[in-house]
Amino acid sequence: MPIYHEVARTKGNTKFRAFVSSWLRPVLPWLGISIFLGLFFFYPLARILWLGLNPVALKTLDLASTLLAFHSLLFTFYQAALSTILTLVLGLPAAFLFARYAFRGKSLLRVLTAIPFMLPTVVVAAGFNALLGPRGWVNLGLMDLFHLQSAPISFVGTLGVILLAHVFYNTTIVIRLVGNALSHLDPRLEQAARTLGADPPRVLSHLTLPLLRPSILAASVLIFIFDFTSFGVILLLGGPGFSTLEVEIYKQAVQIFNLPLAGLLSLIQLLCTLVFSILYSRIVRRSVVTSAPRAAEANLHEAHAIREKLFVAGMVLLLLALFLLPLISLPLRSLVRLEADRGERGQVRYGITGDYYAELFINRNDSLFYVPPFDAIGNSLSYAALTVVLSLALGFPVASALARPGRLERLLDPFLMLPLGASAVTLGLGFIVAFNKPPLRLVTSPLLVPLAHTLIALPFVIRSLQPALASIPDRLRQAAASLGASPPRVWFTVDWPIVMRATLSAAVFAFTVSLGEFGATSLVVRPEYPTLPIAIARFLSQPGGMNYGQAMAMATVLMVVCGIGILLIERLRLPGAGEF
Amino acid sequence: MKRILLIVFLLAASLLSACSPKGPVTLTVMTHDSFAASQSVITAFEQANNVKVVFLKSGDAGAALNKAILSKDAPLADVFYGVDNTFLSRALAAGIYEPYASPLLAKIPAGFQLDPQNSALPVDYGDICINYDKAFFAAHNLPFPATLEDLVKPEYKGLLVVENPATSSPGLAFLLATVVHFGETGYLDYWRSLRLNGVVVVDGWETAYYTNFSGSSGHGPQPLVVSYSSSPAAEVIYATSPLTDAPTASILGPDTCFRQIEFVGILKGTSHLALAQKFVDFMLSQPFQEDIPLQMFMYPVNTDASLPQEFTQYAQTAPHPATLDPTVIAANRDKWIADWTAAVLH
Repeated sequence: MPIYHEVARTKGNTKFRAFVSSWLRPVLPWLGISIFLGLFFFYPLARILWLGLNPVALKTLDLASTLLAFHSLLFTFYQAALSTILTLVLGLPAAFLFARYAFRGKSLLRVLTAIPFMLPTVVVAAGFNALLGPRGWVNLGLMDLFHLQSAPISFVGTLGVILLAHVFYNTTIVIRLVGNALSHLDPRLEQAARTLGADPPRVLSHLTLPLLRPSILAASVLIFIFDFTSFGVILLLGGPGFSTLEVEIYKQAVQIFNLPLAGLLSLIQLLCTLVFSILYSRIVRRSVVTSAPRAAEANLHEAHAIREKLFVAGMVLLLLALFLLPLISLPLRSLVRLEADRGERGQVRYGITGDYYAELFINRNDSLFYVPPFDAIGNSLSYAALTVVLSLALGFPVASALARPGRLERLLDPFLMLPLGASAVTLGLGFIVAFNKPPLRLVTSPLLVPLAHTLIALPFVIRSLQPALASIPDRLRQAAASLGASPPRVWFTVDWPIVMRATLSAAVFAFTVSLGEFGATSLVVRPEYPTLPIAIARFLSQPGGMNYGQAMAMATVLMVVCGIGILLIERLRLPGAGEF
Repeated sequence: MKRILLIVFLLAASLLSACSPKGPVTLTVMTHDSFAASQSVITAFEQANNVKVVFLKSGDAGAALNKAILSKDAPLADVFYGVDNTFLSRALAAGIYEPYASPLLAKIPAGFQLDPQNSALPVDYGDICINYDKAFFAAHNLPFPATLEDLVKPEYKGLLVVENPATSSPGLAFLLATVVHFGETGYLDYWRSLRLNGVVVVDGWETAYYTNFSGSSGHGPQPLVVSYSSSPAAEVIYATSPLTDAPTASILGPDTCFRQIEFVGILKGTSHLALAQKFVDFMLSQPFQEDIPLQMFMYPVNTDASLPQEFTQYAQTAPHPATLDPTVIAANRDKWIADWTAAVLH
């Protein structure tokens, strides 16, 4: 019975297809990232947490030290909330500036605001100290001016410097995420509102800000979690008077080796992260508005009205003051020799020198761990390139799926942020427990560095792709398809131009995260292939003027490499972009 | 795009190939981040024994030890260097070492051999002392403080910066020195007086030395800092222009310095026991021992090893350093740190 047979087969085929479209298709985009996060994040984390939190180990937990460690929880929340608000206060006008106005030196200023994001805290601390420290320029200037005996401003070691450093680090997140969304808003919407009689503040509060809500929320939650898990800024600039959960975890896991308490604190930090991400997903789901996106250039214009000119000039000056002043002290210090009067110093003399840079190329004491500067640059760039490719390959399918969320997406979405909430120390020790035996003896592999960087970069990549992808209205695709465009052509003409910009923005995030990461890198890197931040830390670990100068020179190299990298990525003009 | 992919692929391939073993046998040595040695010294050992030595730097001293303990059922390395006397008991209690009575122990004073089982063998030592900025005290016509008691006098108000013992090993060492000198009943009172006298506490050595200390490149506000007794020699060796004298010096009064001793041990479960023993012998032998000062700014324990001229000229070890039994440290360190934190920071 051939016909019956044929029917049966078709039936089976439809069933299979139905199965594919209803079950397999939604799962597919999650496949790569699930395997990756499962293997390199959840598995090692579960191993190390279980080691501390199994019933036997938990019995050793004593109440007094637990309560003491919990003291830091309140401060952790408090400083993260304050830092996030302050970052938005500066970041939103800055995003507006970059998305709406054309002015000279704009791309350089944009790069300048992105550089802090990848600078290791040691270097940022040195920059802030050179500016605002007890012997910083500001204090020395004031002492000179008013003939004071001691420094009038004591800024380092206060809450203020922690907040300032967090704003310094994270403003670029607002500029990238919100600025990207802002530059794609349809300007005709605002024009229509103005025509209908709305004044600019009303347009802003009733139209622009609601439309930007998803990207503002995405930026806020990323910044909040970043500040919530702050470590280096607290230790190096805040000092021992301040302690976050992450700092307590480090003390318990490394100095005291109290795995139960370290595990408990890590778990709390992860749960908090999860709660923030769930809250974020809930709010953002209710506020996605799709609109016909425009090319970024359509939104750009030069400042004409006096008010506009004042805004542009004021913002540029403010950004220069915040970003250039602390940063410029590093390259300056890398070229200045502070000379003492032969031991018994009376006066410090200054001189310009290129010695620190020349010295970078010399292995003066035949050190086994000497790394020539170009090798360190090469290592850093290799890790960064792998991180960009890996995080885009894993993040893109998920971000596309999240743009049109089904039940699965809603469930899994919050878990994507968890890598940001895991402490580097806990995860580092987890890697040791999980990957020290064959077949997964990965602990000594140089590949661990890009893997660790990808873990940290993924949330940024996904959160910068997702709002852009979600903003593409389906009716544009339908219109293109009904006009006879094939599906690839629809994708290429409708999705691609928007996707391309968002991808470049995501790539910049992955690149900068990788280039500047220090905490996790120092735990997994092989000493033969150090990154630039590791090389800087090596110089700073021994006394002596030459070591300090070389650290500043290396930091300057890192800034230059990062700046050029960002400029190049942003200049990538892939075919089809900017043509609509 | 294709070219980018190709480059990335090549990079990945080169990284992968870099981790495949080269040469006949590989001996893996796990260390803390501060480990350093001369290329030529290590190469000599490699050639003499037909072996490739690979170093795994594993974070600060505490992090490296914890990694060694967590991986003891399948050790990541054959030899582990970098446990000091403040962490020694934790390492011994975890049983990570294979005992080895190296013949070279005969060259090492008994005072350094803290483990009678010879699981952990001493390699180097250093004194954590208060360093002072010579120029500051000369310019202010002030004698430098000679004892711990001097530091609470009003003329030294606000002049001292120390590291937090909860996050820094020099900080912990200095806390231990005060415990030795004033006893368990007196050290907290001493710290309370130090606090009243404006002691500055920072979290790490880098901040203390490079940001707060006036005698180093940072030219900070405090002329007294907790650092190593070898730091003045490093200031001369790494000076930006040749110096005839060190700009700083250590205070070598009674108990003003705490003696730190660093150990090496063979990790239990190594498959290269004979080679690991050879490497331990090598670390205790003259060539490596004489390499220690200029690479790690610590002192060799082997009495045959001679010191470089910079060390004999600009640096001194303490004649009466404070010392404490590692078991006493292990039993009390968490409590001392917690009590210190409550007294000085809160």
